[in-house]
Amino acid sequence: MPGLEDLYREIILDHYRTPRNRGELAPPAAHAVGHNPLCGDEIEVYLDVADGMVNDIKVGGQGCSISQSSASMMTQAVKGKSLEEVRALVHRFRSMMSIEELDESAAEVKLGDLEALQGVVKFPVRIKCAVLAWNTLTEALTQTAP
Amino acid sequence: MVRFMETSYAPINRSAYRLAAEATDAFEGARSTVQRFINAPKAHEVIFTKNASEALNLVAHSWGRANLAHGDVVVLTHMEHHANIVPWHMLAAELGIELRWVPLTTDGQLDLTDLPALLDGAKAFSFTAMSNVLGTITPVRQLCRAAHDAGAVAIIDACQYVPHNITDVQAWDADFIAFSSHKLCGPSGIGVLWGREALLDAMPPFLGGGNMIADVRLDGFTTAELPAKFEAGTPPIIEAIGMGAAVDFLQCLGMHNVRQHEIDISAYALKSLTERFGDDITIHGPTNVEVRGATFSFAFRGIHPHDLSQVLDQRNVCVRAGHHCAKPLMRILGAPATARASFYLYNDEHEVDVLADALDSATDIFGF
Repeated sequence: MPGLEDLYREIILDHYRTPRNRGELAPPAAHAVGHNPLCGDEIEVYLDVADGMVNDIKVGGQGCSISQSSASMMTQAVKGKSLEEVRALVHRFRSMMSIEELDESAAEVKLGDLEALQGVVKFPVRIKCAVLAWNTLTEALTQTAP
Repeated sequence: MVRFMETSYAPINRSAYRLAAEATDAFEGARSTVQRFINAPKAHEVIFTKNASEALNLVAHSWGRANLAHGDVVVLTHMEHHANIVPWHMLAAELGIELRWVPLTTDGQLDLTDLPALLDGAKAFSFTAMSNVLGTITPVRQLCRAAHDAGAVAIIDACQYVPHNITDVQAWDADFIAFSSHKLCGPSGIGVLWGREALLDAMPPFLGGGNMIADVRLDGFTTAELPAKFEAGTPPIIEAIGMGAAVDFLQCLGMHNVRQHEIDISAYALKSLTERFGDDITIHGPTNVEVRGATFSFAFRGIHPHDLSQVLDQRNVCVRAGHHCAKPLMRILGAPATARASFYLYNDEHEVDVLADALDSATDIFGF
């Protein structure tokens, strides 16, 4: 059995205790709500996109340490990035979670702090916790598509 | 189940060969076992279903459509499992029936103050005998009487209750009860609907197909007698036999012993967990062990139930984390999710201590 230290890395607990970019953005910011119907976790993503760039992102909702820290780290990773970069990052993260085959063109995408969530793969039940924010981000992105 | 699969596994109710006759006898024997277990007047009132959810859907769909019309009232409670909410929502969307709700007291029991008013004009009162979240045991006999006084049928979700208590449908004066096998040490894939013969006889069938017909012509069909009328297709034969064995096992232990064991372990758990953790633990539901079972939903030191269950799993302590298929109740509790520790006949007081130690280890990780 994999140890809890693989799951609850210090950086994860730090983002859980002190989540970054919490809050809301007023319309016309894109807004999506994601639920995990099995456990009741909920994530809201607000996305301010202009000229193909993510100017700002905020998240709300509640859930476990994995879902909340993943959301917090995600906001830091996508803020200031182009939509193209964000989509590549989403793909890279989902492939790290072993739910997407990694496209070679995305192999160079840097995950940075997000790599701390690598250990989640060893706890398959928790993968859905880690990807909830990313699925919600993807939903918000569809609203910004030109 | 294994012996049956190795020696007698054959389709029931259709073939003349000896193996098939043995299978039919075993299947019907399981039905009689269940009948005695819940003190049902007649074996053919025991309908085998896929689970308790299907049993409740059967009542809502078959009895409901035949007996309810636009504006009719069905009363439920705030502590119902989704299985006793969603079928009625579906019926409300289809027929325009009105749903009314019995609220809760602060200690997680049904608040019966306005029950007569809620039941006034109601056609059905469908309620749980024991909450799968709070452990609360409801006053089933009193609720059945109140339903009947108002001219409503009494439908009981007994899924959580039956494995933990003596069940007597005649003493309750119930009209329908639903429960499942997997909660009473039996296999998954089978549940039971018990209903009064007169009510079942008057209801249209639920699912159509093999076994449930007396005759089929090009221009129509007639239904079989009970219980076949509500058991379309090949039933869960092996599972029924497994359920019968599980019931035999519980009968051997004696349900009064099972109940007493749970009262004892509940009293110990409530005392030891609150003494050890004080305000750091919030246990939902009644503190009086006479009106609760050994199912404890709790919040602990602000640690999310998912994280709690993950840490407890490392100590081989299994607790469910989530909304327990009772989201309306969770909203009333103000908790999107809880952890739930359930003690049964195979647990003892030492395991309460193991849980408590494991909870402390969660604080080591999430101590903030």
